Amino acid sequence: MSTITEAPFEPQTSAGRITNFVDQRVGGSGILREFGRKVFPDHWSFMFGEVALYSFVILLLSGTFLTFFFDPSMAETHYTGSYIPLKGVEMSVAYSSSLNISFDIRGGLFMRQVHHWSALLFVAAVAVHMLRVFFTGAFRKPRELNWVVGGVLLILSMAAGFTGYSLPDDLLSGNGLRIIDGVMKSIPVVGTYISFFLFGGEFPGNAIIGRLYMLHIMLVPAMILLMIAIHLFMVVIHKHTQYPGPGRNDGNVVGYPLGPVYAAKAGGFFFIVFGIIAFVAALFTINPIWNYGPYDPSPVSAGTQPDWYIGWVDGALRLMPGWLFNIPLEWHIPLPWGVNTLSLNVLIPALVPAGIVFTLLFAYPWIERWVTRDDREHHVLDRPRNVPTRTAIGVAGFIFYCVMWAAASSDLIATHFQVSLNDVTYWLRALFFIGPILGFIIAKRVALALQRKDREIALHGRETGRIVRLPHGEFQEMHAQLDDYKRYKLVGFESPVAEEGIPNENGIVTKTERRRAMLSSFFFEDRVAPATPLELAAGHEQHEAIEAGEDAKEVSH
Amino acid sequence: MKALSQKRRHPLAALALLVLGLMLTGGLYAIATTVNAAKADTTTSSASQVKEGEKLFVANCATCHGVGASGTKAGPSLAGVGAAAVDFQVGTGRMPLQMQGPQAREKPAQFTTEQTRELAAYVATLGDGPALPAEEFIDGKGDAAVGGELFRVNCAMCHNAAAAGGALTRGKFAPALAGVSNSHIYSAMITGPQNMPVFNDANITPEGKRDIITFLNTIEAQGSPGGAALGSVGPVSEGLFLWTAVLGVIIGFTIWLTSRTS
Repeated sequence: MSTITEAPFEPQTSAGRITNFVDQRVGGSGILREFGRKVFPDHWSFMFGEVALYSFVILLLSGTFLTFFFDPSMAETHYTGSYIPLKGVEMSVAYSSSLNISFDIRGGLFMRQVHHWSALLFVAAVAVHMLRVFFTGAFRKPRELNWVVGGVLLILSMAAGFTGYSLPDDLLSGNGLRIIDGVMKSIPVVGTYISFFLFGGEFPGNAIIGRLYMLHIMLVPAMILLMIAIHLFMVVIHKHTQYPGPGRNDGNVVGYPLGPVYAAKAGGFFFIVFGIIAFVAALFTINPIWNYGPYDPSPVSAGTQPDWYIGWVDGALRLMPGWLFNIPLEWHIPLPWGVNTLSLNVLIPALVPAGIVFTLLFAYPWIERWVTRDDREHHVLDRPRNVPTRTAIGVAGFIFYCVMWAAASSDLIATHFQVSLNDVTYWLRALFFIGPILGFIIAKRVALALQRKDREIALHGRETGRIVRLPHGEFQEMHAQLDDYKRYKLVGFESPVAEEGIPNENGIVTKTERRRAMLSSFFFEDRVAPATPLELAAGHEQHEAIEAGEDAKEVSH
Repeated sequence: MKALSQKRRHPLAALALLVLGLMLTGGLYAIATTVNAAKADTTTSSASQVKEGEKLFVANCATCHGVGASGTKAGPSLAGVGAAAVDFQVGTGRMPLQMQGPQAREKPAQFTTEQTRELAAYVATLGDGPALPAEEFIDGKGDAAVGGELFRVNCAMCHNAAAAGGALTRGKFAPALAGVSNSHIYSAMITGPQNMPVFNDANITPEGKRDIITFLNTIEAQGSPGGAALGSVGPVSEGLFLWTAVLGVIIGFTIWLTSRTS
């Protein structure tokens, strides 16, 4: 059928021959041509996804090392390793092998600490990445599904962290598992069955560590890998977003191509992240399991907390009172098959705040799309100040989370700031409700004020601090106009106005539409319009006399 | 001998015999009691110590505890608290109290060891109470592993598994135990200062207390095997360190990496 018209490529060097051999069989040059030209915009806030990815790679590497020596058995043994204060103490094989990794395997403690620090960094990087995506509006069309995948990754990373945290079977993690057990048992009717199923009988049983181990090293990482693949695939399809700027629009991406500059930067960044983690792991203790001792259901240590990413749920449990005024929150409900206990004091804090946070997190792109009726594709990001209501909602959610997060360390706040533990709890209870509202109001006002400042600078330029006396005696401060590139940043954004309800084809404004109109005015009622070209021209005229020679100056604000 | 036998019927002989017998018994008794007293030299004290202690007490403590330590509205009666309680409270600087509050705080001791002993001697005379710990139980040569188990079961819920301290209700707290002397740890267990419960000898045997002290000495001496301990207060300090120091350094690098082009 086909005839070869070109002479086949004949490589001269041995490296060239090998490359050609591979290329003819897998078509590597085509892939390289396609991906090597992908353009990535440069901004520091775009790198947290990479940090998360790299920490995950470090987790896989260090985790593999740990599996060589860890034994997830809950069989009883007596410790015979080299840590004197635990010598001869009865414990599970899992705890004993974790101690052996720490004290009797060369480099074991370092690898454990690398693994644990990178786990903390992984979830933190995912969280910061999501905050960046939210506040810059990167979740808008066409990236809503990738936002959801990211949310699933956040949950999976928390699951990976928690299952790993429990594996050493030390006192601290055992107390954490006991809380999870309590939360499960508080679910009406089926709770005890779920708990018995998970633990293979009454807590703690002798099955849980092996089960968590399987989840931790197989199922959860496999799901994370799958989600990362989908996530990155969609990034390639959608292309990367970019911050607004001259010459940047929804139809292009301004930045460096992947090869060679960006690939070198990204590759180098992996080693930077690895280096930072290795440095920290070598110098700072994390999870000193030898301090906590083997798990035993009777003792509970002061200062028992989960790792940071579970902290907010623990904090919600700490904030919840057992009694509200004179009403107990634990009810005994007689049912045909006997009396069931309903522990609302556990059920509500464990499930409700997490339910609110994740429901809103997953639904937000659709909520905003419905309110704004904005069905266009967005590849240029918003500066957070230019979308005051979204920014305020984000800040409110952030504070809601942080209050619970802080509550998880209420005892340490009390001891380290020398205040009463009870007062810390009362304040945080109040902040749990008031904090998000205050945060919303303050963030919105700050965003609007920043917009006004931007408008002012766009119209009148920046103050130079130079006072000039005019011929008729008036003193005036000189303003320096921005150059066009800088000014574009301050005026080149959309500022939607609140919408009235739109009648449907029968001319009726439906109830849903009225609600949408209400939300629309909630979102866009307070707005600072960007300076229009007309206003800009007018603004410049005013200052023209004293502006000469200032334009070329570098302006920073 | 002859003279003695001749005078055995002397009217004063019976009296002499009586005096001799009494002196012998009395002498023996005196020797026996001084031997006893020498044995218990660490726990009981001389009359002069008690006297000096009383002077110190009247000058420094009676304002709150009352003359004769019978207690006032501002401070409890000290009858029966024992020498160990005085040694702990005064020896660690908790008493005299700096100010009223949820709990007496540790501060530099205001009395010398000798003065503390004198105060202890005086308070010990007010009623039976725990005496100063015997040397054999505070030598720190027990079994650290057994002590560790006892510590986790009895102490860690307030003092933290790594003895780093913890919060109690309404501004009270369990202090960190690093740097506390063995004798004070023992005294604290038998007297239950501030909000601490008493761990008497039926609760934790003296040997068990010795093991706990050994455990505390061991973990204090060994340092932190994994590097800087970040206060040994668990995942909160680890998370805080990650979110501030580690993430801060990483953000620094991201800014550096992207600064050349923007």
